[in-house]
Amino acid sequence: MSFLTIEHLEKSFGPNRVVKDFNLTIEKGEFISLLGPSGCGKTTVLRMVAGFETPTSGAIHIDGKDVVRLRPNQRSIGMVFQAYALFPNLTVAQNVGFGLKVNGTARQEIQSRVEEMLSLIGLPDLGARYPFQLSGGQQQRVALARALAPRPQVLLLDEPLSALDAKIRVSLREEIRAIQQKLGITTIFVTHDQEEALSISDRIVVMHQGIADQVGTPFEIYNNPATRFVAGFVGTLNLMEAKVIDAEKGVTTIGGAPVILGRPLPKGKATLAARPETIRLGRAPGKDTVLAGKITGVNFLGSVIRLRADVGGQVIDFDTFNAPGVPPPTPGTEVELSLSARDLLVIPE
Amino acid sequence: MKRAAAWSILLLGGIYFILPLAGMVEFSLSMKRGVYSLEAYRVVLADPQFRQTFTYSVVMSLLTILFGVLLVVPTAFWVRLKMPWARPYVEFLTLMPLVIPAIVTVFGYIRLYNTSSWLPLTGTLMGSNFLLLMGYAMLSLPYMYRAVDTGLRTIDVATLTEAAQSLGAGWTTILARIILPNVLVAVLSGAFVTFAIVMGEFTMAALLNRPAFGPYLQLMGANKAYEPFALSTIAFAITWACMGLIQLVTRFSKHTKAAQG
Repeated sequence: MSFLTIEHLEKSFGPNRVVKDFNLTIEKGEFISLLGPSGCGKTTVLRMVAGFETPTSGAIHIDGKDVVRLRPNQRSIGMVFQAYALFPNLTVAQNVGFGLKVNGTARQEIQSRVEEMLSLIGLPDLGARYPFQLSGGQQQRVALARALAPRPQVLLLDEPLSALDAKIRVSLREEIRAIQQKLGITTIFVTHDQEEALSISDRIVVMHQGIADQVGTPFEIYNNPATRFVAGFVGTLNLMEAKVIDAEKGVTTIGGAPVILGRPLPKGKATLAARPETIRLGRAPGKDTVLAGKITGVNFLGSVIRLRADVGGQVIDFDTFNAPGVPPPTPGTEVELSLSARDLLVIPE
Repeated sequence: MKRAAAWSILLLGGIYFILPLAGMVEFSLSMKRGVYSLEAYRVVLADPQFRQTFTYSVVMSLLTILFGVLLVVPTAFWVRLKMPWARPYVEFLTLMPLVIPAIVTVFGYIRLYNTSSWLPLTGTLMGSNFLLLMGYAMLSLPYMYRAVDTGLRTIDVATLTEAAQSLGAGWTTILARIILPNVLVAVLSGAFVTFAIVMGEFTMAALLNRPAFGPYLQLMGANKAYEPFALSTIAFAITWACMGLIQLVTRFSKHTKAAQG
């Protein structure tokens, strides 16, 4: 049996249904990300697990126990907030020890646990400081230590990296993942940043308009998006309208060029998709399909150059590595693009 | 030219404010003919009635502050957290003491709680003291509520509450260990204003016949020459001391230093 199960969870605010028939099972020690745009209901799901919102209907079980009727302080969860939420009147050590003090832990045990937690987050000497004396990254680490100190059953992270600058965000997310794996704590992480979700999750739930559109590993979500929304939201994807010539054999054309997928296609028209990194400039070995197009845009990103081409009226973005001796093609240049039919995704309507 | 005019207006205002005070202090020091002395203060401080009324008012002030904090902090917290739509109504309600004269309130009390009513509070000393305490709490409500509400505005009440809840804290712990310490400066501001109001309040104490400092001031004013001025100076010093304490508390509050930074 799964450690945390969410069954048919619904939440409405007045006439507005923000979470619709949400189902999810999480194994013990798993790191799950709820990914989606603003307003998709991911934070509402997290808040219902935490107990800050009451579901309109549905059930939430943690370790076999129905927690829907339990108050937040009875659920044994640790939560980290986007805005840190450290108590300004308490020192770092007092913040970390707060949960332990509240549940009546002995003073000596609190002290040793606080020291252990501060070492875990790499701030062993900052116990006497106040939150305002710390940087944003340090504050969020303390918030993590505070959430973990009472040994909660589940750790909930509500966009904990959003308020930090880019470099700190990357290092802290790696730190969070390392700590989570070290402690083996079941974790739900809410984010709208696909890179964050892809890089640290065991599984990702992509949410759209209150519904879990797809649940899968980062590899599955990225390479086999189940819906048009997931395909468009996770990563960059070229959506191409293709005319189906033989639906059974999977023969179609893109921009007039024949493409043989070898997989059944819907009759008439199909939407195919390709990631920019699967398309090469020029004829490349191992690529079985060649499309002719004209460069319409060049975007220099450093190690990678993103090019945009017009292929028979369809816009296709693709990447090429930066090579200092070879300047990228300029807009207006006629080019050939090559790709493998097996890399093309068929997007369900 | 403009600068000179501004300074002149400021000076005029200063004189308008300071001159009567200076006159009051000067007169309070003139009890002995021909020399300045603290004789009026000595007489006042030696008066047992002064000590009795002053102590009574100080005790009532502290009780009013305690009651006010217990009433206002949870109310303002709850309104901010769970009923933000009710804020304008609660604010309006707390402003009522400014538009309803104290005499109207106290007559209402006497009529409602007299010895022939269903709750004869005025029939006992404790009952009258309780009524006076309620009256004082009501008079201080606009200041206390505003101070606390402003204090709550400076912290993220909802997130701090949720953070504490997720760590296992109940409402009492949240209020006592998280919310109250973070709005302590605001609470103390409200408390000092309450202290100043209660120390000088006359109407309620006089009509409920309680031995407070306000009625004593009035009694002295009607019968003595120099002592009332000494008393007024003392009362004025108490008010200014309260204001100074508000400043001190704000300055030395450790965890709010960053905000002032």
